[in-house]
Amino acid sequence: MTDTQYDRAPGDASALPDVEQGASSGVLVYTIGLGLAVGLTALSFWVANTSLLWVGGISLGLTVLAIAQMGVHLVFFLHVTTGPDNTNNVMALAFGVLIVALVVVGSLLIMADLNDSMMPAPELMNLQMQH
Amino acid sequence: MNVAVAVDDKVRYEARPSAGEAGPATKRVVVGYGFWVFLLSDIVMFSAIFAAYAVLNHATAGGPSGVQLFNQRSVAIETGCLLASSYTCGLMSLAIGSRRYAATYWAALITFVLGALFLALELREFAGMIAIGAGPQRSAFLSAFFTLVGCHGLHVTAGLVWLVVMMAQVAVKGFRQTVERRLLCFSLFWHALDIVWVWLFTVVYLMGVLS
Repeated sequence: MTDTQYDRAPGDASALPDVEQGASSGVLVYTIGLGLAVGLTALSFWVANTSLLWVGGISLGLTVLAIAQMGVHLVFFLHVTTGPDNTNNVMALAFGVLIVALVVVGSLLIMADLNDSMMPAPELMNLQMQH
Repeated sequence: MNVAVAVDDKVRYEARPSAGEAGPATKRVVVGYGFWVFLLSDIVMFSAIFAAYAVLNHATAGGPSGVQLFNQRSVAIETGCLLASSYTCGLMSLAIGSRRYAATYWAALITFVLGALFLALELREFAGMIAIGAGPQRSAFLSAFFTLVGCHGLHVTAGLVWLVVMMAQVAVKGFRQTVERRLLCFSLFWHALDIVWVWLFTVVYLMGVLS
């Protein structure tokens, strides 16, 4: 029976949909996920508002916390795992993440570069002309 | 030839039934996977809007910036609402899995109320900003802000309508396989919206207040 049910739909917790999983274990998974997500969210808000941390590292820290929380949501709420029955879902996710990273990082890099090579403002041009 | 046969035998012996060889996947797997791919494409669309917002973050054209406009308390409450509704949506999936009608309706009701509360808080924030002249036409920064947050809000609205329709289907048709597949897609959609919101409050509301 297990051989014919080798793939798993994203969002399904069990590899065998017809096998009844204990409802309590499912509730436990969602509750752990909620606890972790609430903790990470609270940490994000604290990091953004505290004066204890070095200001330059705060945006990096917030990014790391957001990535961690995305992982918590994927594992505990969407049940995306590294198991063999989940390969297709993970591959699609990896492709999505690649495109998202290309779009966001590419746009920021290109726009920052464009800003750098823009013609300076007129008053600056005048200063250069005066030399 | 001997070698070739030996290799062939070895390969056949060691091969486990992979996803491709186990025969056609069940309809639930196919539908879930298709919806998963749609969600990822939706997230790619969001990433383009995120990139536009990040580029236009400082283009305030002399108008108000994020520091003056954003209220972190309201954002924290919105985040709590959406997180809790994601949790109750998960509990609804469990209730559907064990075919408990009352638990499904209750979980759906709480999910709906929390989602509606989120939406009400967001609309109140929008109305407050427009009232002080910080509408989407004020600056490029505000155009990007309203596009990004409004797009997520539209998705939440669509999710709420979808939830009502699904509960009507459960009431009329019961837990048929088609209805269960649609409910699977709904829960995927709702959890994915929460992931988008995680990035939204991090990039827009928390990082926006830093600078």
